[in-house]
Parts: sequence; C-alpha cells; structure tokens
Amino acid sequence: MANKTVQFEIKRQASPDDPAVWERFELEWRPGMNVTTAMMDIAANPVTADGKPTTPVTYDSCCLEEICGSCAMRINGRARMACSSLVDNLEQPIRVEPLSKFPLVRDLQVDRSVLFENLKAVKAWIPIDGTYDLGSGPRVYPQQQEVNYPLSNCISCTCCMEVCPQFNEETGFVGAATIAQVKLFNNHPTGSVLKEERLRALAGDGGIQECGFAQNCVEVCPKKLPLTNTISDVSRDVLVQKAKDFLRG
Amino acid sequence: MAAPRIIVVGGGLAGLSAAIKIAEAGGSVDLFSIVPVKRSHSVCAQGGINAAKNLKGEGDTTYKHFDDTIYGGDFLANQTPVKLMCVAAPAIIDLLDRMGVPFNRTPEGLLDFRRFGGTLYNRTAFAGATTGQQLLYALDEQVRRYESEGKVKKYEGWEFLSAIIDSKGIARGITALDLRTMELRSFAAGAVILATGGIGAIFGKSTNSVVCTGSAQSAVYQQGVYYANGEFIQVHPTCIPGEDKLRLMSESARGEGGRVWIPRNPGDKRPGKEIPEAERFYFLEEWYPKYGNLVPRDIATRAIHKVVYENHLGIDGQPMVYLDLTHIDRATLDRKLGGILDIYEKFVGDDPHEVPMKIFPGMHYTMGGIWVDFNQMTNVPGIYAIGECDYQYHGANRLGANSLLSCIYAGFISGPHALEYTKNLPAMEGDEGHAAELARQAELNAGLLKNEGKENPFKLWRELGDTMTKHATVIRYNKGLKQADEKIVELLDRYKNVSLADRSQWANTSFAFARQLKNMLELARVIVQGAVLRDESRGAHYKPDFPERDDERFLKTTKASFTDSGPRFEYEEVDTQYIKPRRRSYDAAN
Repeated sequence: MANKTVQFEIKRQASPDDPAVWERFELEWRPGMNVTTAMMDIAANPVTADGKPTTPVTYDSCCLEEICGSCAMRINGRARMACSSLVDNLEQPIRVEPLSKFPLVRDLQVDRSVLFENLKAVKAWIPIDGTYDLGSGPRVYPQQQEVNYPLSNCISCTCCMEVCPQFNEETGFVGAATIAQVKLFNNHPTGSVLKEERLRALAGDGGIQECGFAQNCVEVCPKKLPLTNTISDVSRDVLVQKAKDFLRG
Repeated sequence: MAAPRIIVVGGGLAGLSAAIKIAEAGGSVDLFSIVPVKRSHSVCAQGGINAAKNLKGEGDTTYKHFDDTIYGGDFLANQTPVKLMCVAAPAIIDLLDRMGVPFNRTPEGLLDFRRFGGTLYNRTAFAGATTGQQLLYALDEQVRRYESEGKVKKYEGWEFLSAIIDSKGIARGITALDLRTMELRSFAAGAVILATGGIGAIFGKSTNSVVCTGSAQSAVYQQGVYYANGEFIQVHPTCIPGEDKLRLMSESARGEGGRVWIPRNPGDKRPGKEIPEAERFYFLEEWYPKYGNLVPRDIATRAIHKVVYENHLGIDGQPMVYLDLTHIDRATLDRKLGGILDIYEKFVGDDPHEVPMKIFPGMHYTMGGIWVDFNQMTNVPGIYAIGECDYQYHGANRLGANSLLSCIYAGFISGPHALEYTKNLPAMEGDEGHAAELARQAELNAGLLKNEGKENPFKLWRELGDTMTKHATVIRYNKGLKQADEKIVELLDRYKNVSLADRSQWANTSFAFARQLKNMLELARVIVQGAVLRDESRGAHYKPDFPERDDERFLKTTKASFTDSGPRFEYEEVDTQYIKPRRRSYDAAN
C-alpha cells in the first residue's frame, strides 16, 4: 500500500492561443484522495510521469466541499466537481479536461461569467424596498419552503449547461440553472412581482423553448435540483405569458 | 461633487452587506474579490444565524444573547459593539427573510429556530444545514440588482495586494492584481473596507476555503494597521479529517440532538452501531450535564482531545470520536441537516442516517483580526475591516451561529460610516502615493518572477501548516510556540530562495500563491508570539502550564504592530461596562 500510485492525464493549455497538450502524472495514492488533492500534489512537485518539469495546473477551486461551485471540470468525460470526485471511484488513468462549452482561460480554468449575466437578465432577486427594519417577511408555509429550498441549492457550477446539447453559440440557450432561478423567484410572494418580466426574458431567442428535453442536466447536477420538472413548469408559465401578451396586443 | 468611490475587498457576507448599504445610500462601490463573489467562503457556513426573537416561548431576550456571547468569549470582547449587535439581530433576520432566504418554517409559516452551542435557548434561524450558502446568495442577488443599476462595479478575479496610504497617513485606494492577465493596477477610493475572511491556510489544513489565506490582513498589518488578539484561533470539535482539508460537520448536528461518544473499551474493534449503549461513553453529557453536547466549541474540542490523547479511547486507536445521529428519524434529518449529511456521505462513503460519523477537531475560525474601532475603522483613517477578518465580536471563543450575524452586522455598520467619512475627506494632493505604491508592488512582483532558488512555495506552505497545527491550536506550550516562531523565521529566510516553476504572465496561480505565502508567514508570527506572551488560559487559548484565566494581567486586547524585526505587542483595556467578568464554567448547573 505504501507505494500505491494514481495515474492522471491532464489536458494542458497555457492560454487560449496556445495548443492543447496532454500530460501524464503518477501521484502517490492516499486514502480519501480526490482530484483537487492531485492538483495540489502536482503544484508541490510539478513533474510529469516522464520526469519532465512542468508548471502547476491552473484550475478554479475554493471550498473543496462541493458548495461553492468552483471546481467543475470534465473528469473521465463527465462534467463534475473535482473536489467530490474521489480517485477510488474513478477508472484510471483519470482523464481531466476543462469544461468545453465555455471560453478557456488556461488549463482547466474556463470563464463561466455567462451564467451570472443570465441571472441579471432574468432579475434573479427579490425586489425589497430597502434594508432598514420593515418588519418580518411574508409567511411561507413549510410545504412551500420545501419546494423552494432545493432550487436555492444551485451552486452555479454550470455542469447542467456543459452537458446540454442545446447550450451552444447557435441557440444562445440560457440553460437549466437560470430557469431554475426563475422558478425560485417567481414562487416567492415578493419575488413574484417581477414574474412577468422574468417570463418574457425567457420567451425570445435563447429562451426556454430552446430546451430539447435531453434530460442530461438533471442527471449531472451535483445538487440534484429537479431541473427537468422545473423547466416544464416554467415552460408552461412562459406560454401562458406569451398568450396573455398576445391578447393584450 | 459626488462622494468618492468606496472599495470593498471581499464578497462574502460582510463585504456584500457593506456594499448593499453603501449602494442603497447613494454611494458607488468597487467590489474586489479573488473568486466570483457567489463562491466566497461564507457558503460553507452551515448551521444557522443567531437572533433572540423568542418565537418558542422560552423568554429569550437580546440581553441573554449578549450575555451568552460575552460569557462564551470568556469576557475578552468589547461589550458595547457586542451588545449593539445582539440588539440588531432580530431585525437582521427579518431583513434576510424579506430577501427571500428559504429559512426552515414552523407549521404556521413562521421562522423555525434551533439550539446551538453555548446557549440554552432555541435562538438559531436556519435554512437546512446550508444557511451560509442561502444567506450569501440572498445578499449576492441584492448586489447583482445594484450592479445592474450601475451602483456596484465588480472586480472578480482580482486580488488585493496593498492599501495606498498618502503622506498624511490616510488611505487613498488599493493596488490589486488581475489574476488572469497578471496586470498590476492601482484604484483610487475615499475609503477601503476589507472583508477578507479568515486565515485558515496558515494552518495548512482547516475547514476554510483555499482563498482564506489572511494575505490581505497581513498586507495592511505590514503597512501599519494593528492586528488584535491574533492568538485566538477556534478549533471546531466536529470535522471530517481529510487529505486536502478538514470538512466541517456543523454544530447543528448536535443542536438537533446529535450525540458525541466513544467506546468505553479502548481499541473496541466492533463497528459503532454494534456497540451496546452501556459500553458507550457519552463524555460531553457526563462531564457537562447542563449543556451536554452543546457546550461551546473550545470546551468540546478540549474534551475530545482529552478522551483521545489522555484516556486513549479514540475509535480503534485513531484520533477520532463518534458523532451520532442514527437515533433521529430520517425525515427530520433530511429536512434539517440534509446538506451536511450529503457532504459526509460523498466524502467518506458512509451514510450518517445509518452509521455514526467519525469526526475530529479542526482549525475553523479566526477570532482575532484587524483591530477596529466601534465604527469598524482601523487605526489608519479610511481603512475599515469587517467580518471574520476583524477582531471585534467573539472575544476568546466564538459561539456557533454568531459569525454570520457579526459579518452582516459589521457590514451594516461600516458601509454607512465609510460613506459619511468620504464626504468629509480632504481632496487628494498630487497622486497621494499611488505611483510609489505601484512601484513597490511591481518590484516585489518582478523579484519573485526573477528569483532563482530551490524552494517550492507549496512545500514551504505545507511546513508552515504542520508547525502551526502542532504548536498553535488546541493545547499550547511556550516551548512549542517558540519552536514554531523559529520555524517561521526559517521559512521566511527560505522564502528568499523561492523559485517559481511557472514564470508566465497569464493566469499564473503559483505566482499569486507565492505572494500570499509571504504574507501568511508574517501573520503566523503574530499568532505564535501573541500566544507565547499570554500566560493564561482563556477561551480557545489553552496552556496547561497556565490553566486559569488571569484577568488581572490579561483581561486585555492584544495589539500587534509590524516592525522589520517582527511583531511588536501592546495591550489595551477591554470594555466590560455592562457585564462584570465572572468565572466561565459549563460543567455545573450555574
């Protein structure tokens, strides 16, 4: 056990303009080891399996407990969080690549700011009057809280967008994560004030009708958001809104 | 003329709270963060947020919250700001509720509250076991709203390097590094609010996120800002030991009835579930009958250390004890603790509904921090500090679920004050030090990139973490602390020979890390030397050679200031005007 090792193949790319290359690493195995630990080990000893010096791997990470949403990458072909990917559960060599649907920055780091822009476009917030003491919030019954809380668990990892066949430059589809937030805020008694605006934001090109119902999103979501059901619900609301807007002329 | 812009560094609960207050009052904010603010370390907070709303008919009051907090902190916190925070807490919960935080509810649709450590009241509002995440998102959403209105400009992916301080000693802005393009720039501001969190990385492995290095705190400390009570570090009793970090198992597990125990027979080989009740030692319940499993964290952590290292009762001889939830029904666990049970199952592979969790204490929270006045301003006019990076609210030991509160409260105090301050700021003369500070930072960067040596910064960091964890956590001896200081001095010397495997100028993470490491080393000296000087035991600071609290000598705030030869220490009286210090003890029914 002392000399047990783990094999990695990591896709490296020094910048968006440089060519991509694969590098192999052989690292010491330890109990409970995850993919982010491997990245840290490489940083402390940046040498490939062939003995060639290289650079530490650039990647996003923060909390290491699958709640911040930073370390999404493709591991053995599947979009997932590196911190909760334990090497003992993965086939070796473990192949690690950046998410493919977002602009590459370097190595495993990509630019996912499109999600935050989408959240702006659908006004994913509660329009409160102000932060001074205005008394308690609206009553929310436990049954409603139990619907909303799972939607509020989205960690913005963008795995659902990565695996969606419709999420590409051609469609401009907003993706499942944003649609789930529309439902969350439309469900809230105060948030529902902006419901029509949110639904209209999802009605045009790149909106909810781009969804092809491949259901990849719900399978890959690390937080198990009920994404496909949510898309169905919001789709219906968008159609109703379109009809209303049409009749209003 | 419009008021100058205000810079907020850090986008966790504290930074976002300050940004919201400033934007709401008509100010303009530049918000800097290493990570997209929605990924800040506040997401890791689990159990809840305290406020004495007394919705359970127990007769809870904000004064009792205040007393629990002061007593829990072993009387080291200044009482005035803590009192004001506890009074403000119920309205803060209401505000968060209005912002849409999906707090758990009672059948009538009201906020639910649960027990937490160091109190006998159900005072903790919660959203499952991911309360920090839910609070952060609510504030993030409000800031996004202000961002879309042009009142907040975000600089995500930028790292704070230093404050710009003019010839009169007044803050005029910051220098920062774009972590993608590696561009170094200065930014002008009328005030700078630091909300840069804890310093877990100094201890190598901790419950903190990897961005919690303390680098920003250390940078301003080296520029003349006082650092206070650095020696007070909270070690959380219940964490999952791991290779890369120690993952928190929230105190809420015990708040909902979780029990901590170990087998009575040393080296008992049976799986936990098969050990009969009579052969289990519920040591917290036995030693602390009144508070039981909900004694404050410093007490629980020392008790676990005692059963493992003095009584040699760790599970299977390992440094671990059981945290047991298996007697609680599945539906309740999922509704109230789902998030943390998922974490345990994902990282350990066992289902905590079915088997007791194996846990051990780990470095968790930084009670000490940047010295601030009651308006959150440091001794350098125009520099503020809020949230975990300040020293203000938790004394010698923080109570669970008080940190989310102190972050938001301090943000709410600092924002409006900073805005007022900037309105009366004398106009800039010349460039007020921008060029000089930029040149100093450029020289540091160039030196690091050129350096030819043999030292790897990540290896030096591991050595720092090992020595800090060994000598400066649960049990402290002056001999060990002095050894730790010598080790840090050695590491500072070896740092001069740091050579980067990556010298590129694009998304170079080891370069950024090497800059942080220097700051970690300087701040580590404040922690260990402060601990050497404090020959008493108070809250989380425990010295077996000085087991009692010594109010006569040490009912004082430690203040460290930077000199080229290391930290210099002085002490300041603590504000104890409301509650007379009394002996702190959770064992008897007092």
